[in-house]
Amino acid sequence: MSSEAWGEAWETVIGLEVHCELRTATKLFCGCPNSFGDEPNVNVCPVCLGLPGSLPVLNKQAVELALRIGAALHSRAQSSIFHRKNYFYPDMPKDYQISQYDVPINAGGWLELPSGKQVGIVRAHIEEDTGKTTHIGGGGRIHEAGYSLVDYNRAGVPLVEIVSAPDISSAEEAREYVEELRGILVATGASDGKMEEGSLRVDCNVSVRPAGSEELGTRCEIKNMNSLRSLGRAIAYEAARQVEVRAGGGEVQQETRHWDESEGRTHSMRSKEEAFDYRYFPEPDLVTLSPSEDWVATVRANLGVLPAERRRRVAKAARVPASSEPVSTVVRLGLDGFVAAAVEAEADAGLALRRLANEVAGELGDDGGHHLGREEFARLVSMEERGELTSAQARSVLKIMVAEGGGPEEVAGRLGFEAMGAGALEAVVEDVVVANPREWGRYAAGDDKLAGFFIGKVKAATGGNADLRAASELLRRRRAGQ
Amino acid sequence: MSGSPSGSGEGPAALSGLTSLSARAIAAGVRSGELSAAAVLEEHLARVERWEQQVHAFNLVTADAARARAAQVDAAVAAGEDPGLLAGVPVALKDLLCTRGVPTTCSSRILAGWCPPYDATVVKKMAAAGAIVIGKANMDEFAMGSSTEHSATGPTHNPHDLSRVPGGSSGGSAAAVAAGFSALALGSDTGGSIRQPAALCGVVGVKPTYGLVSRYGLVAFASSLDQIGPFARSVADAALALDVISGHDERDSTSLPGEHPSVASRLGRGAEDLRVGVIAELASAEGMAPDVSAAVTDAAEALAATGAKVEEVSVPSVRYGLSAYYMIAPAEASSNLARYDGVRYGLRRDGNDITEMYMSTRAAGFGPEVKRRIMLGTYALSAGYYDAYYGKAQKVRTLMIRDFDLAYSSFDVLLSPTSPTTAFPLGAKTADPLAMYLSDVCTIPSNLAGHPAVSIPFGAGEDGLPVGVQVLAPALGEPVMLQVAEALEAVAPRGEAR
Repeated sequence: MSSEAWGEAWETVIGLEVHCELRTATKLFCGCPNSFGDEPNVNVCPVCLGLPGSLPVLNKQAVELALRIGAALHSRAQSSIFHRKNYFYPDMPKDYQISQYDVPINAGGWLELPSGKQVGIVRAHIEEDTGKTTHIGGGGRIHEAGYSLVDYNRAGVPLVEIVSAPDISSAEEAREYVEELRGILVATGASDGKMEEGSLRVDCNVSVRPAGSEELGTRCEIKNMNSLRSLGRAIAYEAARQVEVRAGGGEVQQETRHWDESEGRTHSMRSKEEAFDYRYFPEPDLVTLSPSEDWVATVRANLGVLPAERRRRVAKAARVPASSEPVSTVVRLGLDGFVAAAVEAEADAGLALRRLANEVAGELGDDGGHHLGREEFARLVSMEERGELTSAQARSVLKIMVAEGGGPEEVAGRLGFEAMGAGALEAVVEDVVVANPREWGRYAAGDDKLAGFFIGKVKAATGGNADLRAASELLRRRRAGQ
Repeated sequence: MSGSPSGSGEGPAALSGLTSLSARAIAAGVRSGELSAAAVLEEHLARVERWEQQVHAFNLVTADAARARAAQVDAAVAAGEDPGLLAGVPVALKDLLCTRGVPTTCSSRILAGWCPPYDATVVKKMAAAGAIVIGKANMDEFAMGSSTEHSATGPTHNPHDLSRVPGGSSGGSAAAVAAGFSALALGSDTGGSIRQPAALCGVVGVKPTYGLVSRYGLVAFASSLDQIGPFARSVADAALALDVISGHDERDSTSLPGEHPSVASRLGRGAEDLRVGVIAELASAEGMAPDVSAAVTDAAEALAATGAKVEEVSVPSVRYGLSAYYMIAPAEASSNLARYDGVRYGLRRDGNDITEMYMSTRAAGFGPEVKRRIMLGTYALSAGYYDAYYGKAQKVRTLMIRDFDLAYSSFDVLLSPTSPTTAFPLGAKTADPLAMYLSDVCTIPSNLAGHPAVSIPFGAGEDGLPVGVQVLAPALGEPVMLQVAEALEAVAPRGEAR
């Protein structure tokens, strides 16, 4: 958004903090089920309720998933410790949160965007989630509420917080980063990636600086964005707000700001002066977490195929750059198996990629659902390639296959797309040539521009149902053979 | 109230009949069928009935549950089963050990009436060994204090002299054992809260190695220092109780892994040829009473007479123990006690908004000593002060472990006073927190180092009240520590004023 609005004067600097709920069977420090959507306060025990005398015991599966995330982000796995972050809030049973602080399990690393740009990762650390508060009355905020309800099912659910370097320079890039990270988290099995259920939560730090400058301006942290769309809108709004402040000679205050989706603006939650002092200190109830080298190596060796690698594979099959738009679309939507199916069937992978990125992507439901079979898709690509269906016909057939399923032969038959046989097409070409002797003479003498004239005539004569590539081939053969 | 010096025929510290039996004798009798757990219990309950009003060792006496449990133990014996190492032994539990369905209050208004939905690991272990819980023992609120005067239910009185404190914070546990209300008790020791009251009440008190006994179900004061341990009237009984409660617990991440050998089976070997170091800095610590100093000198000479090699040793950093402790313990406490906010359980005082509710609940629920330490700890952890206070205190801890390691390269165990004085009069130190804190100057170093230590009675002071001496050992050195303690016990003078 930036450059059009502000000329070239300002650039935006963005760092993201993504909280990812881990898909473990149980909570981070106790044996309660880690599940979403149950009746309130059923998945609780003395530990996750923080009852007096209870003690935390670290969940090994959570550590395993955190290590996988670190491996996928090229982080260094290290011996780490937990801290207590102290503050009072009713959704936090102990009135402190157990979180890794200055010695996280994963340090450093990077994430490669589909464009090929690398965004630095500062750390990816483990922490526990809080419960969920619902404030009744008074506009939904705690100090005005008539009363509040707390559900501790989520208290103690394991989270990994992934903190990026301030390497992101636009709202679009921030969305790309989150989408890519989401793909990685799903690929590693760490997360279900559902932003709408709160499995992924994004906070962002935004600052602005004069274009070309190396300074890191005063940043604001923005919270409460619950979709990629609101993330983009919030960043755009906040960057514009800060530019306005600075361009007017003012100073940006370091503060936490709340994104209001309905108003489309951020507003101040608390400033640094009244910021909480979390009084971090090492959690004495837990011991140092030192994953063995063997464990870390096993995690790395068994890491699934990540989105960047999938893009490389699709790009290689289709002979296009890995950073190209269709490649990232197809991988993001998890359609790369269809490219592989086309390759398997010796169909044109490039054509398959285009059909997937354009037609299939456009026809997917909101939930990404479809009825397209891989082998059926590969057969369709082959039919188009062989000229048994024109491009227009193939696209129509494909849309129906996505929505309803079925094989390409049956769908094409149902639509009355009789494949124009080679003999019939040859007859049409012959008719067109005979009807236009002067143009044929020039074409036969080597004037290739006339090919378009004949193709146009064939298209008109067949009502668009001819395979025009096949028609071109027939023209060339007739000229060569005469 | 007039003093009842120990050893006289009357008074709560003069034991007779079944209440004078050791835990070992009770368990042996009950397991063999010669004694009934019910009879043992009834004599103890009768004693509670006779003296509890004056002593106030308990916040709650669980007589009915104890009778039911004793009947079960007797039935098990009758059925040919073995109810366990502590069959029929009456025990008192410090009121910060969680007991399922039984109020656990930490002697605080903020937890008045709170019933945990679970048992602490040590409570389960005691029950599994056949012990009979007779009540929840009084204590300084949240284990913060050295006199059991900081209790929402009122002070416990020393059975040896009802006008004096029993020590603290596990004063109720120590008094219960001294008064024959129970043969054993469990307490917790964060800076001396088992050993100091043991010394003042003339009983044995063990602070085990950090991690030897599970803390699961122990309401936390300072997590990195807290450790549960037994009170008994003999070293052998304390060793037996320690064997029952120690061992790895997967519910406590700081619990030490692996099997630990029985300490009870190591007793009876004497102190011959063992190397005993008398800690110079503690023998002459601030506020050390001459009669206590003299008792330690006598104890050292007595050990030497049995063949131990006794020398003085310097452990320089113990001088910083008290200062480091009063950074670390309040800091951890300020966080551990945050959860008492009125939202989920315990006391709630309403307010106009959540902040007001927090403030009025905590203002009404906590006593002055707890508030003092919460404030101290909150300050010590504040941004900008962490390194100078909490960080530096942790460095003292590292230094202290190094000094102890050095000492233990030349000595098997170390010796010191337990408390600088014998039991002081009720009210003598409540107005002067620093004077009260000095009670723990000799006991704190073991907590900071995570090492075990035991206090055993060794004669009496000028006032005729019990004096305790402390035997310290390196991590997991309980067997040799109790071996020396037992040797001292064998030669200790009984009861006469110095």
